[in-house]
Amino acid sequence: MSTENEISRRAMLVKLGVFLNGVVGVVLAVPIVRYLLSPVTREGNTRDESWLSLGGIEQFPAGQTRLATYRNPVVNSWDGQTGDVACWVRNVDGQHFQVFAINCAHLGCPVRWFQQSNLFMCPCHGGAYYQDGSRASGPPERGLFEYSYKLENGKLLIKAGEMPTPGRAANTKPGETTCA
Amino acid sequence: MRLIQKLGEWFDLRLQLGTPIRETAEHPVPRETASWFYVFGSAALTCFMLQVVTGILLALIYVPSAGEAWNSLQALNHSISLGWFIRALHGWGSNFMVAIVLIHMVQVFLFGAYKFPRELTWMVGVLLLLVTLGMAFTGQIMRFDQDAYWGLGIGASIASRVPVIGPWAVNLMLGGPIIAGATLSRFFALHVFVVPGLLIVFVGVHLLMVLKLGINEWPMPGRIVRRDTYLQEYRELTHKQGVPFVPNAVWKDILFSGFILLAISVCAIYFGPFGPSGQPDPTIIQTAPRPDFFFLWLYALLSFLPPSAETPILLIGPAIAIIVLLALPLVAGEGEKSWRRRPIAVLTILLIAVALGTLTHLGQYTPWSPVMDAWSSESIPAEYLQGRTALERQGALVFQAKQCHNCHSLDDKGGQRGPALDSVALRLTEDQLIHQVIQGGGNMPAYGKNLSPAETTALVAFLKTLHPADRTPARDASRALALGASEDSPHP
Repeated sequence: MSTENEISRRAMLVKLGVFLNGVVGVVLAVPIVRYLLSPVTREGNTRDESWLSLGGIEQFPAGQTRLATYRNPVVNSWDGQTGDVACWVRNVDGQHFQVFAINCAHLGCPVRWFQQSNLFMCPCHGGAYYQDGSRASGPPERGLFEYSYKLENGKLLIKAGEMPTPGRAANTKPGETTCA
Repeated sequence: MRLIQKLGEWFDLRLQLGTPIRETAEHPVPRETASWFYVFGSAALTCFMLQVVTGILLALIYVPSAGEAWNSLQALNHSISLGWFIRALHGWGSNFMVAIVLIHMVQVFLFGAYKFPRELTWMVGVLLLLVTLGMAFTGQIMRFDQDAYWGLGIGASIASRVPVIGPWAVNLMLGGPIIAGATLSRFFALHVFVVPGLLIVFVGVHLLMVLKLGINEWPMPGRIVRRDTYLQEYRELTHKQGVPFVPNAVWKDILFSGFILLAISVCAIYFGPFGPSGQPDPTIIQTAPRPDFFFLWLYALLSFLPPSAETPILLIGPAIAIIVLLALPLVAGEGEKSWRRRPIAVLTILLIAVALGTLTHLGQYTPWSPVMDAWSSESIPAEYLQGRTALERQGALVFQAKQCHNCHSLDDKGGQRGPALDSVALRLTEDQLIHQVIQGGGNMPAYGKNLSPAETTALVAFLKTLHPADRTPARDASRALALGASEDSPHP
């Protein structure tokens, strides 16, 4: 009888040990998972995005489309050049602007502006967009991503801070549908 | 000599590894498996070991920081003694490793080695293929240049298309809202700790099963695998007619591995390291990002999928492919092993090889992309201008100035996004040309807003001259009839 008792006592101690490790495991898992998910949970607040100046509006003559660059609002000291972001600014008529993300709406490659043919073209898979950002041809499903903008004290401000991608473009207006 | 023997005995008494190692080395294998077809698995392992060694050597210098990585690679290439060679070995080693893993997989598939009782060995092999490709992709990002930067953008764009969790997946992948320091750091952790760790575990399990279950026997047409008889048959093959792995089979493995190491070294010396290309500065947009060789087929595929089908195919396609590969041994675990009696298996391999080869080939010269500088760098062939009217030559100027040449080739120069226009006048009448230019369509942008009527008239006049001299251009027969005009004056 006594040996059986001892075995069950040891078995219980093993179970207790496993249970203790399980509890500690869960306790440790919570901060580890939260640490891992920090880039995601941060997205809930709007800290990533803010209004940034692209400079005075005199840099963007009416009727033209020019490349502008800005420093991402949230950067670390070791981000280097990756903290600099480019975008296309179109001054429609001196009053109205359009600010397009550099990223193609297909897979994010940098689109280039051709003023002679009034087209944006992508070097990766051949997407093309009209001057108003709407889709002209190629694999993109939509027009270029567009930042919200406002004019303040003669400066052009855009709301930016995250890389626009096809799946999270809620903050960017889709380009007008193509007329072709 | 006696001292060495004594030392050996001293260690073996404590380690107790001598006997198991000897038994492993001398375990019998079927006679025909001492073959040059059976050397790819060990060669893949050799490549991996080379990658571990050269990877550690590179880590002595490399700085996994978005601001410094590119500079540290420049230092490796130019300042550190033989740094370029270690980089070249690591880069070429990765190419060889992916290639050999694929060859190994094809050989194993064609020899029916995935059938009972080696189903799990195959499944772990599929995981090994995936982690090998994972190493190749994350390794490309370590070379933190323009291609790596925009490659991450492509990865993020694909991840963002996952329903519901897409935006989170992007942030999780990039480590923040944009491609930046956190992105490189996490891919460094994946490339150096996580994925190699998985690789080592999977390789261990894979090898263990190869040893426990024995190497696949040479498939003979008509020798059918059955679950209830196979083990007994295999035992006879190994124990009655088998030969010891060492030395009868191993010398081919060793020779081939040595040959592969030599080939990697020769490539490294002759071709040098891969990149890095331009600095990872997203404000430099004069770039045409291109993935490394083993992902070119995917890059090409992405330009051919119709927009509406792209997201589902991108997200579901890989999952289906992996499930098919994993389920293969469960579905076809018995039966014929020899490729001579498995025509569908052979055809499948050929089909996949031709498809991947074609897509890779296309990925190397990207006919779907506009040639961004063709309008200013490629001239119009002289014979297309000689003897033309002023209006037609004006049209040729419009053709260049409006960048038509970026997408349309003349005399094989210029873009291939759209059709070549050398004989466009045979295909389209004047009205159709005007319609196509102004309204676009068929994947061509509409130029109506960008061309004045005079420019359009000139451009179409030029396009109408583009046909072989001995053939008459396309004409609208009904129009001539309706207008009562003569056939050769389309301007009534």
